[in-house]
Order: sequence, then structure tokens, then C-alpha cells
Amino acid sequence: MSDVVEKTLTALPSLLSLDPQPGSAKLSSTSKLGNLIRGITELTSKHEEEKLIQHELASIKDQVSSPNTSMRQMKELMVRAIYCESLGYEASFTYIHAIKLAQQGTALEKRVGYLAVSLFLNESHELLLLLVNTVLKDLQSTNLIEVCMALTVVSQMFPKDMIPAILPLVEEKLNHPKEIIRRKAVLALYKFYLIAPNQVQHIHNKFRKALCDKDPGVMTASLHIYLQMIQENPEGYKDLTASFVTILKQVVGGKLPMDFNYHSVPAPWLQIQLLRILALLGKNDQSASAVMYEVLDESLRRAEMNHNITYAILYECVKCIYTIHPKSDLLEKAAKCIGNFVLSPKINLKYLGLKALTYVVQQDPRLALQHQMTIIECLDHSDLIIKRETLELLFRITNAQNVVVIVEKMLEFLRVNTDDYTTIDLVGKVAELAEKYAPDNEWFIETMSTVFSVGGDMMQPDIPNSFLKLLSEGFDSVEEDRKLRLFAVDSYITLLQKEPGKLPQRFLQVISWVLGEYSHLKDELEPTVVLKLLAKLLDMKHTSSETKSWILMAMTKLCEGGAEVSVVREVSETYSSSMDTVLRQRAHELQYLSQDSELRAKVLLRDNGLRPLEVDSSLSFLDGFVSEALAAGAAPYKPPHQRQEELAQAKALSLEPYGLSLPMSMSSCSITDRQSPTLLSMSSGLSGDSAEISHKGGSTSLKLDGVKRVWGREGYLPQRAAVEEAAQVEVPCTLRSPSQQGDADSSHSQTPTSTPTPTEPDPEKQQLASLFFGLSSQSSVCLMGKPEPTPHRFRRKAKGVTDPTSSSLISTPSNVEKLLCNNLLDSNIASELAVSSAKQITELPQGLKTASCDVEAELTDIADIKQNNPSLIVDNGIVAAADEDPDRPKDLCLISHLPAELSELCHSEITPLCTIQSLVLSACHLQKEDSLVLAVFISNSSDSALQHIVLDLDSEQLEVSCVSDSPAEDFRGHSVVVYQYSLTVKRPSIHVSIEGTVSFQLPGEAPQAAQFSYKLPLTIFIRPLTVSTEEYGTMWLSFSHDTKQNLTLIGDGQEALTATLNVLKQKLQLHVVEIIGQEGILSCRLLQDQPCLMHCRVHAGTLAVWLRSPVPDLPDCLIYHCQRALQEY
Amino acid sequence: MQFMLLFSRQGKLRLQKWYVPLSDKERKKISRDLVQTILARKPKMCSFLEWRDLKIVYKRYASLYFCCAVEDQDNELITLEIIHRYVELLDKYFGSVCELDIIFNFEKAYFILDEFLLGGEAQETSKKNVLKAIEQADLLQEVSMLSSIDGFSWLF
Repeated sequence: MSDVVEKTLTALPSLLSLDPQPGSAKLSSTSKLGNLIRGITELTSKHEEEKLIQHELASIKDQVSSPNTSMRQMKELMVRAIYCESLGYEASFTYIHAIKLAQQGTALEKRVGYLAVSLFLNESHELLLLLVNTVLKDLQSTNLIEVCMALTVVSQMFPKDMIPAILPLVEEKLNHPKEIIRRKAVLALYKFYLIAPNQVQHIHNKFRKALCDKDPGVMTASLHIYLQMIQENPEGYKDLTASFVTILKQVVGGKLPMDFNYHSVPAPWLQIQLLRILALLGKNDQSASAVMYEVLDESLRRAEMNHNITYAILYECVKCIYTIHPKSDLLEKAAKCIGNFVLSPKINLKYLGLKALTYVVQQDPRLALQHQMTIIECLDHSDLIIKRETLELLFRITNAQNVVVIVEKMLEFLRVNTDDYTTIDLVGKVAELAEKYAPDNEWFIETMSTVFSVGGDMMQPDIPNSFLKLLSEGFDSVEEDRKLRLFAVDSYITLLQKEPGKLPQRFLQVISWVLGEYSHLKDELEPTVVLKLLAKLLDMKHTSSETKSWILMAMTKLCEGGAEVSVVREVSETYSSSMDTVLRQRAHELQYLSQDSELRAKVLLRDNGLRPLEVDSSLSFLDGFVSEALAAGAAPYKPPHQRQEELAQAKALSLEPYGLSLPMSMSSCSITDRQSPTLLSMSSGLSGDSAEISHKGGSTSLKLDGVKRVWGREGYLPQRAAVEEAAQVEVPCTLRSPSQQGDADSSHSQTPTSTPTPTEPDPEKQQLASLFFGLSSQSSVCLMGKPEPTPHRFRRKAKGVTDPTSSSLISTPSNVEKLLCNNLLDSNIASELAVSSAKQITELPQGLKTASCDVEAELTDIADIKQNNPSLIVDNGIVAAADEDPDRPKDLCLISHLPAELSELCHSEITPLCTIQSLVLSACHLQKEDSLVLAVFISNSSDSALQHIVLDLDSEQLEVSCVSDSPAEDFRGHSVVVYQYSLTVKRPSIHVSIEGTVSFQLPGEAPQAAQFSYKLPLTIFIRPLTVSTEEYGTMWLSFSHDTKQNLTLIGDGQEALTATLNVLKQKLQLHVVEIIGQEGILSCRLLQDQPCLMHCRVHAGTLAVWLRSPVPDLPDCLIYHCQRALQEY
Repeated sequence: MQFMLLFSRQGKLRLQKWYVPLSDKERKKISRDLVQTILARKPKMCSFLEWRDLKIVYKRYASLYFCCAVEDQDNELITLEIIHRYVELLDKYFGSVCELDIIFNFEKAYFILDEFLLGGEAQETSKKNVLKAIEQADLLQEVSMLSSIDGFSWLF
């Protein structure tokens, strides 16, 4: 087809001569739009065009506002307005008419109206609200095309807040008889899911129906939603793995209608979507991966045709194979595929090959080794994009042996690159590599100097920060530290003596800090020399005031009295009258400290690396000030997220008078600083000394703590033995001779056994092959039993916890969690006992008694009753109490059948599940600290023994696993057996239920079966979560699912908040993290560590609650239970 | 997909569809930047570009450039085929399409695009179904030329 298009499109210039052509009959050459377009093509200057369009717009404006304009004319006008807008001229006066057209026009005019709206407005435009009614009307229309149009516009743009208004109608369309409507409805819901996931969570089941739709188009559309949901929570959809595999099998096998073929490949878009979903599901999951192997193999096999579309599928397949649990023969085939890509003469495929290599190379570095010559060729490719991708690949395989060559290549690229975004990215990578693998001090300092010069003021601020931190913290050896610092001083002095005017501001700041801090290390260097150099910087035109302030601080550190005083005096005099307050302050500091050497010695401790300063990071010395300010009527501090929230709420004009502004702003300022330390901020103290910087952290290195190590340098870890064998075979033929390396790496050659490959064409390229050193040598070192052969040069001291090598110092998170948890329980008891209000005293004993005599026995939910019972804390005393209950003799006797370790736990009321003949099923649940146990009692009241008893439990929301050994299948008359199940939440829901079937057989009779269900509230899965306010803050920002609602307060006055939160704490086991003024934060978790955070604020007589969690649905469920808990109180 | 742009060899924008909310100013800046970058590239160069944090996939058909912005983890080759399928659809609809068809009937080109891609995702990949949907809507147009009665529920 493309040939045809190319031909016709090449014929264009002749068409543009605008003679009436036979083929142009369909061009609306006589229409006004036609005239306009023709008029514009005839113009020669931009100025003329502008005049013409302004004229056109004026005429459109006249007509649209005229009452006599019919909708049909309006449609025509709208098309012209779209044209003007697309040329870049504003026609905002037509927006409202576009909405009107969509509202009032006939179907056809509507179409143009909707199109204009979708082109003119974006999601946040306020006029969009006017469209809601039109959409509502059209969704209810009997005309299919109108429904389609409404759904189309809804899936492109719709105000988030108005979704609830149309949601039921869109949902309804999922059952529409026409597939096109169902398909568009699914996509509309996908859009809703993207912009407001909370709104559509109740229809997840309907998505499943769409997935099973008989129309492949609808099914394909539903995959967009699934891809998104699985990305967020792969665990929740594991049960669908087999279905996705089946669908893919059918597609690959050509079972779809021919319409879906694209260049005789069956439904490629669908295939790619499925492959992506499978990759997500199979990641770190051996059993799910096992289901996919066959179909992946099949996909690889089928995609043999030589066409772009098959390559697209292959690429996705390869990615999937490398993401899921590995299987060796598939990996082999995938590696071959990547090889074909990389070696392809087609540049697009080469690019993708490099991209795929980048993706897999950390798992399998040998693959890069195989293609080293191609990679080296790509490094010199004329297309910068290919070069850039190659550098990305090299970045991934950098190690201590090849770092010099790779960084050199990256810097080379940086010098010719003009794109800011790439510069920022690449500069960060160079800095990371330099810090990790620097072979020596000189190289490190020089490389970082280049980074600072090239990266300029665009680069990420954490690069200079982390560099300074590295210098100041030092490493294991004091002597090494001294050398490094000394070298930095030397090289910076040289730089300043050359042309400091060309250096970027950030670099100047780094230089002045280093000189201020370390130039005393160089004995023969006179402070006056440095001071003069610095003073020269101050006089330069381009030096920013921030840099000047750094320079002044450096001078303050350097000035020791004596000869240099005259330089200093001049400078401090100049700047002590500066307009810039910060500079003025620095100048005064400089002045005073240079005169008073005693004070100076106290303030500026030299060698403070040895005696770290105590920093009061909580700013507790300000507490008095804060409480004073509060007492004086200042508003309490609000964290930034809450201020944002309030801003969002208060979009309308605020008519309330302003509060006392001064104290409030000061108190909030000081605390903000604590929460968001900016390393380069001027508030970081007089000298910005090391201890202060170090305590604030922030580093570019990867945080690998707690990440499961599945892949090692040698490949997949469980298979290490096999891979190592393979590596051993390959090593000799793939290594380059060390003699061909540059001088820089000669000291690192660990590979004397290698032999050069005879087919090498170009000695220069051969030399570049040192890029791949280490890849192979590492595997050979591994063979000798040293898994980490290249220790980082700059190994940070223990306080820089971010270094992955020190991660072993930290105990496993689960243990920490346990410890925390235990502490929490203790402190809970302690604090409850400590508060001696009359109310709590009366409540406590109740809590320690059994649930059955609790005051709240009228509650319907069994488990709700239990909420007042601090079941996590109580021990043996409770079950004894339960036994005394006279109303439940039956319970008592059933309970006695529980195994000893369970009988001591607090249990819920025993609920009958079903009775079938002589068989009675009942159940109760027991709360353990870290799990929930469901006990099912089966009692046989007949005389005869029952046979083949099978009990099956399943739940949509819960993970049910059997913990007891299955009791004997047969059991005798008048006896009871207990089945135990452990329950964890899979998908939060307000109530969770377990469906079950039981079947059995009486001797000589047919088998019988019965069904039952058991309902539980979500609350019994909730456990307190102890976090500090700081931890809470970080967690809060990282959670994506949230919900907000106003709840009623309990009591009123000052104590309302505390009282309300106490109720929530007792009933739902939430942990109260902190209460400040009229605000409180709480936290909890579901079993299996699914946290949920809650932020409450008293606002206008209600409690504004905001919940956040990484788990979808959890905030909504919890808010429901909070609401109930408060209502029932 | 984040957005799609069609522009001529002279750098004139012919069609633009944005699937992410951006201000007018940003849109103009992005399209200006991209048009410039892409026009500067040589014919034998790679069809993919890294631009900010996005991946740009473009292809030239005679005098028209088709350019899509996708996310980094998206599949570039299939995006290239999305462009191609769109050209096929235009070709089928207009009967061997040329740039003028798109200039003078840009609203039709938008309608076809909306039927093919919705909210940035491939909505319908069957060529027949896309064209059927467009034809049904167009049918409406012809009927409305003949009569001006409102409501066409009798069609279904």
C-alpha cells in the first residue's frame, strides 16, 4: 500500500498549482474554507497571512454571534475556526459556540461541535463543565452515532469531578448490543481509571466481562485497563494468567477473524498488549511463568516473516522472556533474536536491538560481549540517536576495568550534544560512574571537573552535593582522603588561574567550598593567593549572588588574620552595604570573624570530620518560640500537602479576613526547612560544614536494600552453576589481549590468559574492545569463588547507608517490623494505663473480659464486637472468660476441639454455616498477631460414620490457605473435626466473604453436598502500624491511592479531635502517630503489610479525613469503617 | 501515546492531536521544537528520537511527516505501524490520499483518527470496522443534505 501512497503524495506539487483537477472533486474548492486555504497558500509573507486570518476571524466572530446563523452555517464556521487555530491564531471566542453546536446541532453538526471541543479545550478547561449535560443527553440517545460521539469525547477529555454524573450511563453501555458502543464504553472507563481510579473500582467485575466479550475489539480494548491495573498490582490478577495465555494462543494460532490481520499477521496490537501483560504477571513468579513458556515459544516461531510488524512482536516477546522467570531454551532463542536485531542493516532494528541489549545486559553481560564489534561500530554511528542508545548500553556494563574508556566516550558525546535533556541525563550518569568506579584520585577530580563544566547549571543539584559530601565524609583511609582533597585544591587553583569566567555557577560554588575547606592542606599555598583568586571571582560580572555568598563563606573560613586582612576588609566593606540581605549577612560575618580570632576558632572548627557536630535536626530549641507564637494566636503548622489540599478546596475567592500573618509564617518557615532540606540552601549554616551536609543525606546511587537479588552478574542466581560453566568455556575466545589496552587500564588487566581474535579488522576498534573488559574477567573471577571482585574505590563510611554494599548491616525489614510492632503493643498498653481518665478505667476491664459481655453486644457484625477487645494484646485470661458464658454451651464444647495453640486465642462467636442431614458446619475466626485463622467445625450428630468429606473454600477478596493437615476423610458418629485456614486480604473490600462447599457420603448412599458462605468485615484484618512522623511523611508522598471524606466529630470543643481519634483507635486498632492542634495523623496496616495512612483535620465542625495507601480500594473501605465506627459510638 | 502531529516538508502543521492535557503555549513549543528537529534529520536516519523523556516515532510519506510521541517503555515499531495503518485508512477513505485531501478535509482526517485511536490507545485495529464506523456517520451527512429532519433513529 505504501507504494501507492508514496506515488500519489509525490504527485502533490503539481496538484498544488490549484487548477481544477479531476481528482480534486471531493475537495471543497468552492466552499469558504476552500477559499481561505487557497488564499493562504498564495500568500508570500507571514505578515500577509496574519492580516488575512485576522480578517477571517473577525468575520467568523460576527457570524457566530449573530442570532440568524443556522446550525449548519455554524458547523461551517467552526471548521474554519479550527483551521485558524491550527495555524496558531487564537479563536477562543468560538469555544463556547463549539459547545453550543455539540449541544444543539443535528447529529452531523454535533460531530463537528464535539471535534472542535476536543481540539480547542483541554481537560482542565472550565468551559468543559458546560458539556456535561450534552454528553448526558447524548449517552441516553437512541441514535447510536450520538452515543458514539459522546463516548468518544468522554474518552478524550472529561472533567474529573463530573465523572460520577455520567458513570452509571457509561457503565450501562458495557451491556449494549452493539460492539462499537461496548468498545468505546470500555475505553471511556479506561480513561476514568487513569484520571480517577477510585471512581471505577466498583466495576472491576464488569471489566472481566469485557475481557470475555465475544467481540475481539471489545476484548482488546479491555486489555488497556488490565495492563494498567496489573502494572499497579500484579498480585491481584494472577488468576487471569491462564486466560491471557489462552487468548494469545488463539490469536497466534489465527483464530480471530481475518479483519484483524495486519499484513497477514493476526492482530499484532492485541499480541503485543498480551505479551506486555504476561511479562508483568510472570515477573518473579515461577508458576505463572511456567504457564507462558509454550505460547511464547510459539510466538517466536510464528513471527518469522520479514516485516516490521513481526519484528515489533518479536521485540515484545524477547522483552517478556527476559522479564519472566527464565527458561534456558527460550532465553537462547531470545538472545538469537536480539542478535538478528543488532546485526540488521535496517537502522530502526539496530536501534531496537541496542535497546533490547540494554534491557537484558545486566542479566546476561555475555550477550554484549558477543556483539562487541557491532556495539563499537555503533559508537561512531553518524546518527546521534544510535550513539546515545549505545552509550546507555555501555553505562549498564561499566565496571572498574572499563570505566575510563566508557566515561571518555560519554564525555565526547556530551561535548557535541546540544539537547539539554540529554545533557542533564548523561552528566548524571557520568557522575554516578565516576563515583562508583574511579580508578584514581586524579581521574576522579578531572572527570568531575568536566562534568561540572559541561553540565553547567542545568545538571541535577544532587551531583555537586553528593560530590562535596564524598569529599567531606572521606573514606576508609585518612591518607587517601588527604590526597584526594589536596588534588582537588590543586586542580581548582589551576582552573581559577586560567579563565574562571567560563565556568558555570555551580562549579564555582563547588570550587569555593573546596578551597575554603581544604586549601590549608597545601602547606606551601599562601591563604592570600587563594583569597585573591576568590576576590577576583566576586568581581566578575556573571557571578550570581548565590555564588557570591558561597565565595564569602569560603573567605570567612580562609581568613586567619595576618597578611590577608586587607583583601578581606575591602571585600567585606563592599558587600556589607549590598542590597542582597544574604550577601550583607555573609559580609558582616566575614568582617567580624576575621577580626576576632577567638570567636572564629569556636565557630569554624577545622578538621571537624573527626568530631562531628551535634545537629539538632528537630529544631527543638525553637519549641519555646513555637508555643509562644501559638499562644499568641498563630495558626499551627500545616504540612505542604495539606496546604495544597486547602488551596485546591478554596479555589473560590476567600472572603475571610487574614489571620495573624507574622508569627504563623515564621513558625511554618522553620519547620518547612526541617522537612525539606535543600542541600545548597543558604540556611545550611555558616560554613556548610561536613557534618551538616552529611546528616541531610541524598545520593545518586541506587538504593538496593531489600531488593531481592534474582540476577547476579553471572546470570540468574539459582542457575549460577550452569551459567558459570558456560562462562568458563567462553572466556578464552572472547577476551582481548591486555597489551592492547591504553596505559590507563594496564594496571587493571586481570586477564593474561586471553588470546586476540584474528579476525580483528581495525586496531583502533580493537583497542576500544577494552570496553568489554571486566565483563568477562568478572565471570572468571567468579569461578574462583569471589562473587564481588571489584570493590568500589570510594566506599563510603557506614553513615552513607545508601551504598548497596553496606546493606547487609541493616537487619531484614520484617524483623524490624516485628520489633516495632511489639514495642507498639507495649506502648499502647502503657499509654492507655497511664491515662487515668474515668472513662478509660471503666473501659479497660471490659476490654479484658470477653466479647460476649461487652457493652456493644447489640452490634450486628460479630467482629465489630471484637474490636473493643484488644485481642492482639490479651493472653490466656480471655478464653477462660469466654468459657464462663452461660449462653453458649455449644460454643464451649466446639471450642474445646481447637488445637491447643489456638484455644488460647480470642475467638469470635461461633456461627452456624449450614446443616445437611446429620452434619452441622459452623465456623469462627481467631485473631493472631500476624494472621487471621478461620476454624471450620464439622460435627457429625448421626450414629454412623461419614465418608469422603471434602471441604472447599474460596474467596474473591481473600487468600485462603489451609493450615491444618486435612483430617481423616471419614469420621465416626458424634464427633467433631476442625479445619483451619489462614486468611489474608487479596483485594480489600468493605466486607469480605468466603464461599465454600462441603460434600460427604453416608455409607451406601449417594454423595451429598451443600454450599455456605461466611462473611467478615475488613476491620478484623487491620493492625496498628507504628511509624514516626517523618516516616509517615515519606510514606504519604509515595502512596498513590487516596480518598477524602468528612466524618462527624464525637463531642465538641477542644477535645473533640482527641476523643474521635481515640474511638477510631479502639474500634479499628488504628495507631495515632501524632496530634498537633486540630490535626492528627494515624496509621494502620492490613495483615501482610499493606499500609494505610490517615490524615484528619477538624474543619468547620466536621472531621476532614484523607486516607492514602498503595493498595487500591483500601482507603475507601477504611473510610467506610471509620464512618460506621463513629456512627455506632 | 501522548500526541500525534502531521506536518509538511515546509514545517506547516496539518493535524495535531493531543492525548495529554497541555497548555496552548506548551503545545506550540513542543510542535515547533519537534518539527525543527525532525526536518533536520536525514532520510536514512533512525525513525526514533529521544526527546525529553519521550520517545518520538516519525515517518515520512511523500511530503507529509507523521510523528507520534510515546513513552519510553512503549514499542517503537508498533507505533510506526500505527502510523502506517492510519495512512492506510486515509488512503482507503479518500481513495489514494494526497496532502491536499488532508488540508481541505482535515475534519474528516480527525474523524478517522478518532475512530482508530481513542484517548491515545489503539481503539480498533480492524481496517474494515474503522471505515464502517466512519461511513455510517457519513451516511448521516448525505441524508441530512436531502432532508433536514432531526433525529435519525430510523436508521437503526
